[in-house]
Amino acid sequence: MQERGNIMEAGTSFKRGIKAGVPIAVGYLPIAIAFGVLAKTLGIPSIVAMLMSLIVFAGASQFVGIKLMSLGALPIEIVLATFILNLRHFLMTSFIAQNLEKGTSKKLMPYLAFGITDETFAVASIEEKGEISPQFMLGLNLMAFCFWNIGTLTGLLMSSWIPEYIINGMGIALYAMFIGLVVPSMRTASPILIVALAAMAVNSAFYFVPVLSFVSPSWAIIISTVTAALLGSFLDGKGEVTND
Amino acid sequence: MTRLFVIVILMALVTYIPRLIPMLFLNGIKLPAKLEVFLKYIPYAALGALIFPGILDSTGDRLTAAVGGLVSIIFAYYRLNVIFVVFGGIGGVLLCNWLI
Repeated sequence: MQERGNIMEAGTSFKRGIKAGVPIAVGYLPIAIAFGVLAKTLGIPSIVAMLMSLIVFAGASQFVGIKLMSLGALPIEIVLATFILNLRHFLMTSFIAQNLEKGTSKKLMPYLAFGITDETFAVASIEEKGEISPQFMLGLNLMAFCFWNIGTLTGLLMSSWIPEYIINGMGIALYAMFIGLVVPSMRTASPILIVALAAMAVNSAFYFVPVLSFVSPSWAIIISTVTAALLGSFLDGKGEVTND
Repeated sequence: MTRLFVIVILMALVTYIPRLIPMLFLNGIKLPAKLEVFLKYIPYAALGALIFPGILDSTGDRLTAAVGGLVSIIFAYYRLNVIFVVFGGIGGVLLCNWLI
């Protein structure tokens, strides 16, 4: 009976994960299509681009990857750029690992880890209050992974038929999703508001200040995230009477 | 062609390792309190950094991006479901594109 209850609960968590993955699917589809189209345009073999979506599964680094390939960059350059671009997932996965439901099977870890992207991390960390259910995470990851690959395939097959303004118009989708996730929490709690704004400010400095522009966007995101989270841990509990 | 396959496989490896290591070693481990508080703020810090200023370059036109972003912020402020925030943002961009 107990066992059956657990299985049913796992089933509902998985479905919740699938549902929570809908905004990611909407956001991934046009970007993945754009990736497929760009790969075609740059003359990258379709099977190479498809394999990239299947086993690398990390948006920005795939765009950089195919651009560098088309320029004939050294393999080490491409691999190193990919590593640095995706290093931020280390911070995100650390958060997920610490907040996973207690007693999550070790066997699931390789699958849970493979699906961590900016987007799955954002949805899981903000929408799962308290502990993160592994089944929720698997449903979420599956949605993201499927739509990323469906989009890539669509882009590769139909590269000449897709109007650019549609893809451009939808480029905002994932940013809107991030806004939809973070703004409600910024409304209520002041350290969270300060942390999110601080991260934006630090990242803007790297973007707008010419002397700092030698820092690549991928490092800028890591540095901004760490700085703002440090500020958060400094502010944490300040001003509260009931703090131990 | 083989060369490209090898590059993709190496890309997959260097992407997977930073995703896997914390999952294998940090799950179920009690971290020092300070590190725990630091991690607690990672989602908000990461989201802030991911949103801005990247959003400005998301549509190929800063004006449409700003309008789409503003619509998203308003929808999110009123706690609309994330999917409506997403469609609101896209709608804002398309509308702005159509007007200019």
